[in-house]
Amino acid sequence: MPNRFFQQSLKKNMENELLPPHQLLENDSCLTNNWCGGVFKPGHTACAGCGQATGARLVIEAAGSNTIVVNNTGCLEVFSTRYPESAWNVPWIHSLFENAAAVASGVEAALIYLGKKETTNVIAQAGDGGTADIGLQALSGMLERGHDILYCCYDNEAYMNTGVQRSGLTPFLTQTTTSPVGKRFAGNIRPKKPMPEIVNAHGIPYVATASVGFPQDLQRKVKKAISIKGPKYIQIHVPCPLGWRHESELTYQIAKLAVETGLYPLIEYENGILAAVRKIAQPKPVEEYLKPQGRFKHLLNNPEEIKKIQEIADHNIEKYNLKVESRP
Amino acid sequence: MREFLEGSLAVAEIVKLCKPGVISAYPITPQTHIVEDLAQMVADGQLNAQFVNVESEHSAASVVLGAVATGVRAFTATSSQGLFYMAEVLFNISGLRLPLVMTCANRAISAPINIWNDQQDSLSLRDAGWIQLYAENNQEAADFHLIGYRLAEDKSIMLPAMVCMDGFILTHGMETVDMPAQGEVDKFLPPYAPLYKLDTAEPITMGILADPDYYLETRFAMQETFKDVLKMLPTICGEFKSQFGRDYKDGLVEEYCTKDADKVIVAMGSVCGTIKEVVDELRAKGKKVGLLKVIAYRPFPYTRVYEALKDVSRVAVLDKAVSPGAYAPLAVELKAAFSGKKKSPKIISSFVAGLGGRDITLESIKEIFKKLNQKEVNLEFIDLKPELLKEEP
Repeated sequence: MPNRFFQQSLKKNMENELLPPHQLLENDSCLTNNWCGGVFKPGHTACAGCGQATGARLVIEAAGSNTIVVNNTGCLEVFSTRYPESAWNVPWIHSLFENAAAVASGVEAALIYLGKKETTNVIAQAGDGGTADIGLQALSGMLERGHDILYCCYDNEAYMNTGVQRSGLTPFLTQTTTSPVGKRFAGNIRPKKPMPEIVNAHGIPYVATASVGFPQDLQRKVKKAISIKGPKYIQIHVPCPLGWRHESELTYQIAKLAVETGLYPLIEYENGILAAVRKIAQPKPVEEYLKPQGRFKHLLNNPEEIKKIQEIADHNIEKYNLKVESRP
Repeated sequence: MREFLEGSLAVAEIVKLCKPGVISAYPITPQTHIVEDLAQMVADGQLNAQFVNVESEHSAASVVLGAVATGVRAFTATSSQGLFYMAEVLFNISGLRLPLVMTCANRAISAPINIWNDQQDSLSLRDAGWIQLYAENNQEAADFHLIGYRLAEDKSIMLPAMVCMDGFILTHGMETVDMPAQGEVDKFLPPYAPLYKLDTAEPITMGILADPDYYLETRFAMQETFKDVLKMLPTICGEFKSQFGRDYKDGLVEEYCTKDADKVIVAMGSVCGTIKEVVDELRAKGKKVGLLKVIAYRPFPYTRVYEALKDVSRVAVLDKAVSPGAYAPLAVELKAAFSGKKKSPKIISSFVAGLGGRDITLESIKEIFKKLNQKEVNLEFIDLKPELLKEEP
C-alpha cells in the first residue's frame, strides 16, 4: 500500500544539522541548556538573532509538553517545519495565515469532547500581521466564545516572512517596503494598533505584553496564563534583525531598550483591570532604541521626528504609570 | 423508520446518528435548518457534541478542521457565499488529508444576490480536493452523509466529502425518508480512528512546508486516492445495500431507462426527479428516452459514463451552473469522457437551466428532448426570457 499521506505523519525531529554530532557536543551550548531534549529543537532555519525563534522556544518550554500548538502561516511556521523535518516535539498544526484561533477552537472543542482538556494546554500562535490584521476576526471569535486557549502574538512589527511589509502593528514612522521613506512620507504614517486594549475589551481573564529581552518575565506570564481557564492573550516583542536592520547580536539589547524607553510597555491585565506593569527606573531616551535599527535611520538627523517618537514613549510611561515613584 | 421530514431535518437526523463530536457553523450567508436542528439536538441532550457558534464560515471550516485533526469526527454545513468564504479552508482540509463530511445546500452566487437554488457554488469548488456527491432527493441526501463518512474515513482514502443537495428544493422540501436505527448505523460506521492526530502522547507535525522537492507528490497522492474512491464507493454502497436495503449500485451514476435509449439527458441533483417523470411519460408513448444521473462529480466516473452512453446516439447535458467563457461544468466532463474513444454519441448537446432558482418544469425537460432532434448545440439556455435582454428603445 503506497503512503498517500506522507506529509501528514511527520515524526522526525530536527537535530542541529549545521554541525556533525561530535562537534555539536563540543560547541553547541544547546546541550547544556537541555534544548535538544526539549520541546522546540535547534537546527531550524531561522535567521541568526531571530527574536521570534527565541520567543517561541521560551513560550513552549514554559508551557511544557502537554501542549498542542496551532500555528498561523508566517516565519515561525516556515523555519520550524520544512519537510521532512520539524523543530516541534509537541503536537503541532499549521493550517492558514488567519485561522489559528479558529483551528485552536476546534482542537479545544475536540479535547473537551474527548475528556482531555483538563490535562492538555492549547496554544495558538501567530505573527503581528496574522494576529492584528488578517487574523483579527478569528481571534475575536475565539476570545468572545471563551475557549480555554492561550493566544501568543509574536510581534516583530511587520510582515517579515514576505519581505518586511507594513502591518497594523508597525510603529509610527517605521520604514518598511510598503511604508517607504519618500519625499512626501517618512515611513509608516499611522500609530501601532492597540491590540492589548482591543483584546482586553473582550472581557477575557488575562492579557499581557512581554519581550524576549526579559525571558524570565515572559515565561512567568506564560505559566500564569496557562494556569487560568479561558482565553488568554500574550503579545511578545520579538526583534527581527533582517526587517529591523540591526546587527544580529543586538536582538536582546534592542528588545530591552524598547521596554526601557517606554516604547514597548510590559503590562498585565487581569479580568479587564490593569494589574501589573514593569516599572522603568530611569527611562532611556528613544534615540538609544532607534539608533541601531536601519528601519529608523531616516529619523536620526531629524529632531522633530524623534520628538514625535519620544512623545509616544512619554505617553506610555504616563498612561501605564511605568515610572518608579521617587521617595519623598 | 419511515418519517415525513424536511430535507434539512433528515440530514440533521442522520448526522446525529453518525455521532460527530464537534459541530461548527456560521448561520447567515446563507444557512439551512440543518445546523439549527443539530443545535437543538445538542441543547436537548440528544447529541453529545460540542456545538461551536463561530463568527464566519472561514472559522466554521477551521474549527472542524482542528477537531478532525485532533481525532474527533466533525460536521459543518453551508451554501453559496458561505461555501466560497470557506474555500481557502476547504482546500486546506483536503491537503491535510482530513476526512470531514459537510453538506452544501446548493444555491446561486452573487451578484446579483439570489438565495435560490442552482449548483454554481459547489461546482465552482470542484478542484478543492473534496469528494462531491449530488443527491436527487431527501433519502439520498441522508444516506450520502452516512456513506460519505464511511468513505472519507476509510484508512486508504482520508479525504473530505461534500454532500450536495439542492437548496430549498430539497433542504426545505418535505419527503418520506427511511431513517435507520442507531444500532444499524453503528454497525456500518465504526468510531473515527484516524491514522494520524494531534496527541500529546505521540507528537506529530501537521501542515508542514513542502518545498518543490515534496509538494508535487502530495498532489499526485491525492489524485491517486481519487482513483481509489472510484473503486471504494461501489464496495461501500454494496455494504450499504446489505445493511439498509437501498441500492445505489456503484454510487457513481444511476442509469434510468438508458439501456435501449436513443436520447438521454445527463444531469445531477433534484432535477433528476423531474427528468424521470418526463422519461416515464415519453416511454409510455413509446419514445426511447432515458436519464443518466451523475451522483459522484468528484471523482468523475468517466468510465462508467462512457459505458452507459457509448451506444446512445443523442445526449443532452443539463447544467445548473456555468463557467463563463467555457463549456458548462458537467458538459465539459461528458465531452471529456468520449475524447479519443472508439464509440461516442452522435451529438452531445449542452443546456443550461434553472440558474438562480428558475423552475425547471416538465415542459423544460420535454423541450430539451425535442432539441435533441436537431443538430448539436452548446450552452443553450433553457427558458430564457429574451424580452429582458432586448435593447432599450
